[in-house]
Amino acid sequence: MSHDAQVYVKSQTEFEYLKRKRKQAMRSQVTTFAIMIFLTLIAFSAVAADFSKYYIVPIILLLAAIQVVLQLYYFMHMSEKNHSFPAFFLYFGAMIAFTFVLTFLTIVWWQ
Amino acid sequence: MDFNKKYTPQSWPDHPEQSTLEGKNKFLGFWLFLGGETVLFASLFATYLALKNKGPSGMEFSTNTLFELPLVFVMTMLLLTSSLTSVYAMYHMKNHNFRGMQTWLAITVILGLAFLGFEIYEFNHYVHLGFTYGQSAFSSSFFTLVGTHGLHVVIGLGWIILLMVRNAKRGFSLYNAPKYYTASLYWHFIDVVWVFIFTVVYLMGVVG
Repeated sequence: MSHDAQVYVKSQTEFEYLKRKRKQAMRSQVTTFAIMIFLTLIAFSAVAADFSKYYIVPIILLLAAIQVVLQLYYFMHMSEKNHSFPAFFLYFGAMIAFTFVLTFLTIVWWQ
Repeated sequence: MDFNKKYTPQSWPDHPEQSTLEGKNKFLGFWLFLGGETVLFASLFATYLALKNKGPSGMEFSTNTLFELPLVFVMTMLLLTSSLTSVYAMYHMKNHNFRGMQTWLAITVILGLAFLGFEIYEFNHYVHLGFTYGQSAFSSSFFTLVGTHGLHVVIGLGWIILLMVRNAKRGFSLYNAPKYYTASLYWHFIDVVWVFIFTVVYLMGVVG
């Protein structure tokens, strides 16, 4: 297996530019984190507030889905280029996951 | 093949985890593995949902009397924060700042250990109440689902600690950069699973 890579020394300008871009990306990661904390707080306080369960359950599931998308696309970099295979693998897994849950719940409901 | 080739911040590639063939393969293979992990957890979630609150007649345990939200909230915050600290670690990896990366990974490990401590406390508490693994279909499916996640936390912590110790004196190379990157992906995936656990098991359990 090859570990060789073309060594390419960046010019000072290019280096500074990429460094700045990484810094901006990191700042948006912190924003993502703040949104995720906020969504978690809403989910927990909605449950603590004791509303009707038919009202709360869809909302907390939606909040969880948003939080997972943020985690996958920003923290795990799926929004960056070169991630079409990872997306394919993950969505294929998610499709099977959905089928599992649907099947098991149908069996229980049938009883 | 040169494992020990030293880079400077200027010559360090913008995507060190994918700049060798081995790195590319690790990246792709690891995402395939994560797809498989999704299926593993799906089967456990589906089992839990089907067997929730089911057990011998007269069973006193149910989700809305058993779970305590403050504990789960603290655990969620710990794991969510540890996800951010490993993002910081990868930021420092791309900046070729080895000490920075090791420091943030150490913080991640400490947060992960705190999470694990709370989980052990929680399980211990349930067992003392009589809610043991074999008590009911409900308890078996609960401990298997949440316990499998806990096992992933243990493996993730072991992996990160081994990487940190093994490479402590080596510094960065294009050989170990993909290893650090996949370990951080694994850690994020653990957090993804936890988001579903705290929503589906604990929050929906308390709601009833």
